[in-house]
Amino acid sequence: MIKRVALVLGLPAALFAIWYVASANSESFYVPPLRRILEAFVDTWTPDRLRADVLPSLARLGAGYLLAALIGIALGIAIGANPWLRAAAEPVLEFFRAVPPPVLVPVIMLFAGIGNGMKIIVIVSGCVWPILLNTVEGVRATDGVLSDTARAYGITGPARLRRLLLPAASPQIAAGLRQALSIAIILMVISEMFAASNGLGFTIVQFQRSFAIPEMWSGIILLGLLGFLLSELFRLAERHVLAWYHGLRDVQRRS
Amino acid sequence: MTQPDTAARTIRGGRAALGLAGLAVLLIVVEVLPRSGLVSADFLPPTSRIVAALGAEAATDAFWLAVRDTLTAWAIGLAIAVAAGIAVGIVIGAVPVLRALTASTVEFLRPIPSVALLPLAVLLYGSDLGSTLLLVVYAAFWQVLVQVLYGVADVDPVAEETARSFRFTAWARIRHVLWPSALPFVFTGVRLAASVALVLAVTTELVIGAPGLGAVIAVAQSSNAIPTMYALIVVTGLLGVTINLAARVAERRLLSWHQSVRGEAPA
Repeated sequence: MIKRVALVLGLPAALFAIWYVASANSESFYVPPLRRILEAFVDTWTPDRLRADVLPSLARLGAGYLLAALIGIALGIAIGANPWLRAAAEPVLEFFRAVPPPVLVPVIMLFAGIGNGMKIIVIVSGCVWPILLNTVEGVRATDGVLSDTARAYGITGPARLRRLLLPAASPQIAAGLRQALSIAIILMVISEMFAASNGLGFTIVQFQRSFAIPEMWSGIILLGLLGFLLSELFRLAERHVLAWYHGLRDVQRRS
Repeated sequence: MTQPDTAARTIRGGRAALGLAGLAVLLIVVEVLPRSGLVSADFLPPTSRIVAALGAEAATDAFWLAVRDTLTAWAIGLAIAVAAGIAVGIVIGAVPVLRALTASTVEFLRPIPSVALLPLAVLLYGSDLGSTLLLVVYAAFWQVLVQVLYGVADVDPVAEETARSFRFTAWARIRHVLWPSALPFVFTGVRLAASVALVLAVTTELVIGAPGLGAVIAVAQSSNAIPTMYALIVVTGLLGVTINLAARVAERRLLSWHQSVRGEAPA
């Protein structure tokens, strides 16, 4: 147990210590001593600040991500279950997926102005493609025997969706959701860098423009922590929801 | 797969036709929406005007220079990330102690959104190629590294132990056992990294004005040249599609000997 903790924490602690010691006497304006960054972190990210800047960012992130998940899964099942529609839609979808999502920010600003709506639409427009395409792929790859059996037993409509298609596609959907999560964080920051009056991306850029370097570093660290926490949260949720799938895979691997 | 029978060929032809029909529908909808007044033509210019703007852009040197800048940043960044990712991945993957030690650090650093480094890049390199490279390399590196680690972990234990009992040197084990079996994972990593690198290259250019397509889009937006802006966005999408397709074809060619490609149903 002690060995495991040492393995998990050893390198991060060592890197942190090296950073701390190596930067302690740093004269460089852009790379201040870690001690000052940590002080700035405590001073900058007070509960008030968190409420005023981080909470709105997270709310927009959550709204955009959930909306993208709903649209992506619903459309993905419709397209995936219909071979004709799939063949017709695939090139168009591949194109939209290949467009780097941040270049859509100027377009969406035309339509939706620069309010919360714009930021949520930006997040949706970037996140929806990996979810949609993975759902299509997951539905398409539904086991043929299962789907024939379901048909033979007269399982159609909502029951078919709930008992056959969704579970069969869920590992793929989870993969799409995981990709979409990191895109969502990127777009949350980018959309706030363009035009905003609050939010994490806005604040960090403000610090950079006013040359408040330790504060900027503390913002980068906070953003990193946020990315890490969200991906851990996702991993836990996925482990829980897809426990049956991971169990199945482990068994198949061992045999 | 080598000799598709006529039925399969007809199906594939039908699929291509349907795909083209889908694209045509998109183009027609974009043409009709602004013309009918449902969407203001100031916001969404009709297809014909976007195509005209694209033609006008393609006739200028500045456009091709921007494309070249973007692709240069993409290629250099991707090359650095792939080389570093493979080297670090194999060293870490081949030594179990290192693997155990670094796992938590990799898991921590990987999800850090690369755009968090944008302000830092601006300060260090200004709006220069260096900024774009910093972000491209950071984002693409993790994609490659993680796949290489998966690949090294997936090596068949029997092959590994056989190599050991034949007293292969460490280098020979890496060269003849580890590398070939990790290769499909490496390719997946490179493919993912290639598209991520393009996204980050264009994003950096767009946000901080490093030379390239992104910067040209920002200029078009601020000078209210809406059709040009759409045309340039279409270009970035086409670049992305081309990169994806090229990566997939290269993967299939170079790995044609491997089970994961041989066993794949014709797509």
